[in-house]
Amino acid sequence: MLDATPQAGSLRSEPLLSAISISKRYGDFLANDGIDLDLFPAEIHALLGENGAGKSTLVKIMYGLIQPSGGELRWMGRKVVLSGPSEARKLGIGMVFQHFTLFENLTVAENVALGLPPSESFAAISERLEETARVYGLPLDPKREVWRLSVGERQRIEIVRALLQNPKLLILDEPTSVLTPQEADLLFVVLGRLKSEGRGILYISHKLDEVKRLCDTATILRGGKKVATCDPRQETAASLARMMVGGEIGEVKSASRGSMVQPRLIVHRLSLAPDDPHGTYLEDVSLEVCGGEIVGIAGVSGNGQDELFSALSGERLAPAQGAVVIDGNAAGLLDVTERRRMGAAFVPEERLGHGTAPRMKLSENALLTGHAASGMVKKGFIDKPATLAHVDRTTKSFDVRKAKRDPEAVSLSGGNLQKFIVGREILREPGVLVVSQPTWGVDAGAAAVIRQALIDLAGRGTAVLVISQDLDELAEIADRIAVMFHGRLSAPLNAAEATREKLGLMMGGARPERAVEDQEAKHAIGA
Amino acid sequence: MQLVLERRAERSTVVAIASPLIAIALTLVTIGILFAIIGKSPIEALRVYFVEPLTDPYPFFLQQEIAVKATPLVMIAVGLSLCYIANIWNIGAEGQFLVGAVCGSWLAVKTNGTDVGHWVLPVMLILGALGGAIYGLIPALCRVYFGASEILTSLMLVYVANLGLDYMVRGPWRDPHGLNFPTTAAFDPAASIGTLFEGPGRLHAGSIIALVVVMLGAVMLGRTLMGFQIRLVGAAPRAARFSGFDTNKLVLFTFAVSGALAGLAGIVEVAGPIGHLDPGVASGYGFTAIIVAFLGRLNPIGILFAGLFLALTFIGGEGAQIALKVPLDLTKVFQGILLFYVLACDSLIAYRVRLLRTARKVAPANA
Repeated sequence: MLDATPQAGSLRSEPLLSAISISKRYGDFLANDGIDLDLFPAEIHALLGENGAGKSTLVKIMYGLIQPSGGELRWMGRKVVLSGPSEARKLGIGMVFQHFTLFENLTVAENVALGLPPSESFAAISERLEETARVYGLPLDPKREVWRLSVGERQRIEIVRALLQNPKLLILDEPTSVLTPQEADLLFVVLGRLKSEGRGILYISHKLDEVKRLCDTATILRGGKKVATCDPRQETAASLARMMVGGEIGEVKSASRGSMVQPRLIVHRLSLAPDDPHGTYLEDVSLEVCGGEIVGIAGVSGNGQDELFSALSGERLAPAQGAVVIDGNAAGLLDVTERRRMGAAFVPEERLGHGTAPRMKLSENALLTGHAASGMVKKGFIDKPATLAHVDRTTKSFDVRKAKRDPEAVSLSGGNLQKFIVGREILREPGVLVVSQPTWGVDAGAAAVIRQALIDLAGRGTAVLVISQDLDELAEIADRIAVMFHGRLSAPLNAAEATREKLGLMMGGARPERAVEDQEAKHAIGA
Repeated sequence: MQLVLERRAERSTVVAIASPLIAIALTLVTIGILFAIIGKSPIEALRVYFVEPLTDPYPFFLQQEIAVKATPLVMIAVGLSLCYIANIWNIGAEGQFLVGAVCGSWLAVKTNGTDVGHWVLPVMLILGALGGAIYGLIPALCRVYFGASEILTSLMLVYVANLGLDYMVRGPWRDPHGLNFPTTAAFDPAASIGTLFEGPGRLHAGSIIALVVVMLGAVMLGRTLMGFQIRLVGAAPRAARFSGFDTNKLVLFTFAVSGALAGLAGIVEVAGPIGHLDPGVASGYGFTAIIVAFLGRLNPIGILFAGLFLALTFIGGEGAQIALKVPLDLTKVFQGILLFYVLACDSLIAYRVRLLRTARKVAPANA
């Protein structure tokens, strides 16, 4: 299938793609600063780094999406200028994005055909698609509409779409961030096979154990500069993390828990139709979270977590007053503000546009959730000093780094903005905190601060509900873990008995009691 | 060679301030070309339009006229800006203006010639504002309860208001001594807003009301929770919902306030410079105020200056009619071109224009 002869990793031939002293400047900000990188055939090369380290900028340059300000790219030894992705594809570079670019209402085959040159007939594309999917063990039904598919299946479309161009180099941006552990395993098999065919793979990730397991070489970026290129199998997860962060990451310490008797958040037989036609029905969801404990909700995204969050926050009202109970008060029919006045606080998944208004200042974003019950509003007038004081306190307690005292939310890095949003709610000392994906796309340092803050908050007697796709995170902080699948919530498991494998199977739809031994279920996920 | 729009990493503050000025400059160039095409000297035309009204000697008649013209424009535009900031589209200020004028005039017509006291004018103003608010609430309620586009309903209600006004002045309220002209009797002094200065100038107390409206608007938008709500709903609707603000209530509120201000402007115009109700009250202030709101960058202080500028084009346009023998419609063309450039220049705040030297096709933004 490929004209390049497969090479063993040790017998290094000419690199497929070389980046030589690549720089990218945005105004005063150097996103990439003189980065050198060689990608070889038959090699899985990891690109590691915290958020904002310059990984995305670098791969966008390699895929022709943006032009470097300095340095050059060489493709098989020849200098090239990639003026656009189509040119990159022509050379043999394929890319699978973290955020999929698919049309929900079109079928798999239609989506794939849209990305290909129009010279090929639709029937031929469908046939080639089915063939490629079969050869690589990526089962896909070309005639299915995308909105019916799981996230893992959607990723398969992206991968198959890239493979149809027969790339010599495939770039994958955080591919496992949306997969169950079992789906990730399946992906690793596919990547191993691509490698054995002599293709080069650039694998962007911040999951260190994954990189150690899968990759032959790792390049680590920090602050736009290359820190090191190493063999990840020779490193420990801790040494890789040190290179990424440039220092030690604080261990998360569990606090002594208060009494765990009184349920402070109760969800009672909540069923809710989605307001988006492609959304998920919530079916008979019940849950209790006691003061002093952290309950985690695991699950692949799109299984009703968003709907559950908006039903808990009051952005959507429950069908009955008693379906949501906050600190003993039935609140199912009350709006967000009234629920906040009862001592509940919420942190949504989307930082920009949901948790904050991107173009507004931090002080105004403090007011966004603080107007109900924090003394920031007096007789309808905004107490500007009070909002600024709240920003200052959050900044201090949560080490939010920013260029000036009161910048626009959008100017903060993901990690710092998330610390601000979580801190904004925690400083109000809520009785109930519901937080969705607390450390999604956040650097390791900020993630540690946030998780510690959640544990400490629970230690002070708050009921904390964490909705997360990150099983490591839940294992680290949650006392009990329930799994969401197709709008239903499983009974929670105690953290000690909730192994990765068990949770992974439940995330794929297996019932908890049969999860471990049931081999059929494993097939169901694979299929 | 090819021009492309490139998204800026951050919105440019310099361009945000400069954009209305660039728009005005481009309008002047375009209108200058238009004058040249119809055979008039562009320099002379621009002098008549923009310099003469401002340099009118004592007793400053034309300067006062500018303030008189700007008064309704500014009052209406401040109300409209509240809607537009929240992405709520009230296009029907003209109708609310007319209904305000009619409602306020009702008392003036009923008390005509009775000399009942000084309470008449304040009550007229209140009635005007109330009428405008209620008329503004019709499209708002249609949107909230039936999902009807407020753009269409508010616009169409302008024509209803227009016909309503026509009916009143041709029918029940027609001045019996008015030689069958479609007009009410001239308002009593107790139902009129007097001029501020002696002499031919028409500057009246309504202009002071407009200034108060500007100040209240600025305070409300910048300092109050309601103003924050309006800005938040416009800037990030999902965050506004998360914040606990109800968009439907906001639709009702902004329509009521902008309707009330348009209605107030209507009755001020009738009780002030016009002095009676006739079909000529429908002079398009409600539409021109849309240009004023955007030219003023939806900021009450900016709107004050934008209102004065638009008023200048009206007064200059009248001067040009006399001095240059150009049609008054040219002023409308002028304002249309201005709105076009204002909106076009706004995209420069978020985007930059780049010239690509090579003639190749632009690559798609996404693969």
